[in-house]
Amino acid sequence: MSGTNAMATRSNRFDLGSARERCRRFRRRILDISQQVSALHIGSAYSCTEIVDCIYFALMRRNSDGGSPDTFLMSKGHGCMIQYVILEELGILSRAELDAYCTPEGKLGVHPDYGNPGIAAATGSLGHGLSMVCGMALAERGRKTGGTIYTVLSDGEVQEGSTWEATMMASSLRLGNIVAFMDNNDFQSLGRTSETHPSFYPVVEKFRAFGWEAVEVDGHDSRALFEAVTGRDGDKPLMVVAKTTKGKGVSYMENVPIWHYRSPNKDEYQQALRELEAAR
Amino acid sequence: MRNTFSEALYQEATKNPDIYIVVADISPAGSMSKFSSQYPERFINVGVAEQSMIGICAGLALKGCQPFAYTIATFSLYRPFEMVRDDLGYQNLPVTVVGMGAGIIYSTLGGTHHTMEDIAIAGAIPNMQIVAPCDPAECTEATRWCARQKNGPVYLRIGKAGEPDLTRSAEPWRFGKLRYLRRGEDVCILSYGVITKMAMDLADRLASQGKSVSVVSAHTVKPLDREGIIEALQRHRQVIVIEEHVPQGGLAPQTKQIAWDIKAPCRLDTFTLQDSFIHNYGGHNDLLAAHGLSLERIAAAIA
Repeated sequence: MSGTNAMATRSNRFDLGSARERCRRFRRRILDISQQVSALHIGSAYSCTEIVDCIYFALMRRNSDGGSPDTFLMSKGHGCMIQYVILEELGILSRAELDAYCTPEGKLGVHPDYGNPGIAAATGSLGHGLSMVCGMALAERGRKTGGTIYTVLSDGEVQEGSTWEATMMASSLRLGNIVAFMDNNDFQSLGRTSETHPSFYPVVEKFRAFGWEAVEVDGHDSRALFEAVTGRDGDKPLMVVAKTTKGKGVSYMENVPIWHYRSPNKDEYQQALRELEAAR
Repeated sequence: MRNTFSEALYQEATKNPDIYIVVADISPAGSMSKFSSQYPERFINVGVAEQSMIGICAGLALKGCQPFAYTIATFSLYRPFEMVRDDLGYQNLPVTVVGMGAGIIYSTLGGTHHTMEDIAIAGAIPNMQIVAPCDPAECTEATRWCARQKNGPVYLRIGKAGEPDLTRSAEPWRFGKLRYLRRGEDVCILSYGVITKMAMDLADRLASQGKSVSVVSAHTVKPLDREGIIEALQRHRQVIVIEEHVPQGGLAPQTKQIAWDIKAPCRLDTFTLQDSFIHNYGGHNDLLAAHGLSLERIAAAIA
């Protein structure tokens, strides 16, 4: 993802129709892979599908060689299935590599592993991503590359003290080249965050209090996500709190915690397939 | 040692714009002010936030930089342990985690500031390398090496201030190789870090008794120079390990293991801190003595 950004471009027009079609296709591909293995975090991937799609296809600039001066680090590593299928779409991962997901023949696991194509960091453990993002942003600033670091955090990992250390440092170091999204699906393993940890909210104000620019948008509205970033001031790190639905796109998965881990059985697969096709 | 660390790092930083130092509310004394005033954008103080210190270093290294994390050893290794393991070890990044004042140098600050098990903890992490210089000059060599290596993470275990020179007549420093500070025929004392001074004093005492004594700085604790240890065990009739570290996971048990593997013909005595926290106070030597690490006790034990 290196190279000069003098030629790097971002498409000025945001095509909502294409984004919707891509996201439907990505959810379908994840659903198909779910029939091969049990461990998937399908709900976590569906919750941030529009966010990660927006980062790769609308926000990150592209060099003529296909690389980017910008970086994406998936801090909520358990959602990386959406990143895998996008990397497949971009030709960075192969279909064979995705088909071998979680098998002895493959190299892709449930969490992103540094060293695999297109993976910026190993983030299976939560609360590590944002500090690494700060370090990357510092390096880009030091080299005057103009590179922006994009990241997606889960709302669960924003409970980690280490995330708040990094939150403080990002603004203290005035790292305006950080754009973070919080996948705010309000669910973690043991239930609704708003019920188990009511003092977690209001969260947008917490980031503002730490010196970030922070906005709240519908995390399944691709245009709103795009405009939240392109419309920012730019001198502070940006946190886009994206209100999302865990398991978005498949009715029986939406807001049902078991789909953090489970894969659909045959009948459930067929129903999900119908629902995703109906969304065309 | 921290002064020579700072000076050596500053010198490296003048030549390499990718060198960063990320400190946690503690400034490496002396020359570091030159670093921070000349390269403020590469001197980062995270405050009391050690997890982000390691994570920021990891992010810098992921972008090809050569960062150092710096604070008191307990806080550079124990507090952010999972970041050291995952961000640096698992990703195999060339970040140097400097553990300053390691061992029980902070003798009056209590057990929260004693680093007694760092070799075992850092050494258990795959990819982690450990370098523990014995004096200021060796610290310069080690720092230079850390600033230039790309193998992976390093835990650089250093002292504080005022350590005597032990390496004036030593052979050249080489990463991964035992370094003879003096060579003899009868007895070999293996040590690393600040307590190597005690090894030198013991050697003087044994020499005055007519013995020919080698003293070795085992500065690279991981990867340990196994061939060098084997040679020391085979060439001397008595080998002594002196180590400022708990009995588990350090140089002493590794030397014993190698001695067993090769059926070493020599006598082997090891002296370490005990497997217990220290609740008493006093100078550095007072605390070492409380755990049996004194010249008198060791001399009596090996007689």
